[in-house]
Amino acid sequence: MEQTEIAKGIYNVGVVDWNIRDFHGYSTHNGTTYNAFLIVDEKIALIDTVKKPFSDQLIENISRIVDPKKIDFVISNHTEMDHSGGLPRVMHRIGEDKPLYCSKMGEKNLSKHFSRKWNYQAVENGGTLSLGKRTLQFLETRMLHWPDSMFTYLVEDKILFSSDGFGQHYAGPEKFDDQVGDAIMIHAKKYFANILLLYSAQTLKLMETVNKLGLEFNMICPDHGIIWRKDPKKIIDAYVEWSEQKSGKKVLIVYDTMWHSTEQMAGKIAEGVSLEGVEVRPMNLRHCHRSDVMTEVMDARAVVIGSPTLNNNIYPTVSDFLTYMKGLKPKGKIGASFGSYGWSGEAVGVIKSELEAMKFEMIDPGLKIQYVPDPEGIEACIEFGRKIGKAVKEGG
Amino acid sequence: MDRYVCNICGYVYDPIEGDPDNEIVPGTAFDDLPDNWECPVCGASKDDFSKEE
Repeated sequence: MEQTEIAKGIYNVGVVDWNIRDFHGYSTHNGTTYNAFLIVDEKIALIDTVKKPFSDQLIENISRIVDPKKIDFVISNHTEMDHSGGLPRVMHRIGEDKPLYCSKMGEKNLSKHFSRKWNYQAVENGGTLSLGKRTLQFLETRMLHWPDSMFTYLVEDKILFSSDGFGQHYAGPEKFDDQVGDAIMIHAKKYFANILLLYSAQTLKLMETVNKLGLEFNMICPDHGIIWRKDPKKIIDAYVEWSEQKSGKKVLIVYDTMWHSTEQMAGKIAEGVSLEGVEVRPMNLRHCHRSDVMTEVMDARAVVIGSPTLNNNIYPTVSDFLTYMKGLKPKGKIGASFGSYGWSGEAVGVIKSELEAMKFEMIDPGLKIQYVPDPEGIEACIEFGRKIGKAVKEGG
Repeated sequence: MDRYVCNICGYVYDPIEGDPDNEIVPGTAFDDLPDNWECPVCGASKDDFSKEE
């Protein structure tokens, strides 16, 4: 990335990872960026670094603006290695004894990633640090999304450096919200669905704190993707809406299939839902990545899961997805299960128990069909779909 | 004495161990923790804990 002066004396010295397609199990169809920010005031501060293989490029980006040795201190908003991986290289270049500011949990967690004893300076929530003309303020954001996570706020410029919050895995020619427009929102939504959904309650609390403190934002700079400068309120409002987990009137059908019978069932269930005038989206787990399915879960009112019975159990892909979804703790969902089987037919019951454990409201014992659906079976699938469609319509 | 789990991050408060980093001596029951005690991992309040099943 060419270094960009995002505001007077403030530069994005981060890098673009154009080719990453699998980010610890999250599909990144557009690649991503690791943003890092250099603030040049009477003191010079670097906020966050980049993933380790990009360390040299970070140093090069910094060097175009200042001699890295002139950096007075580093701020680590988040310990995760896509932001801390560049620390060894950076500290080596700027001076190993320079202060490294982070949260209390940041100090604990960084020291479990890196053996070198850096000059950690754990900051208090709300604590400040003067850069000369400008002031940095630290805001703890524990579990958004790690215990060490914090935001750094540049008080005079009203710029928030929000770590992973408000981020998007997106690499493109655009650097700001006004350049990319609404097309960025699906990436922000996917990020929330896959990283932050389980911390919805904390997200809402944080938004309350921000309101109470009366913090205003001219610009929000996350560590991934574009910077929000035209309308930072837009992403804040979206976070509130996503955290509230108010589902739309949509049915999501997630399944895998062995000899196309469960797939056929999925199609007919979708037909039944449509007959009730309710939006439906079938997603085959062999073709759709779990992280894309999760994005659709977020605003679905009903999540219907289908699996053939394989060796007295559910399909591995379905198991993968259920495990993933369980961890992200979606709330307020209607659930149902279905599947074709040969002789024992355990899958439908296994899925039902899993969804019950996730506190889904189960509206049916589940639909099982032996081998290939016959005309009666097809009719049963359509009725099953209608029942789900009605529940979504009536349940609000 | 019961163990309590943080609903937010999964940390388990074990009364046998206490929370020495935050001056809670071993043998302190969850109910006897001060009201302002916080989860040592994520900062959640006591209300955010459930008894381990």
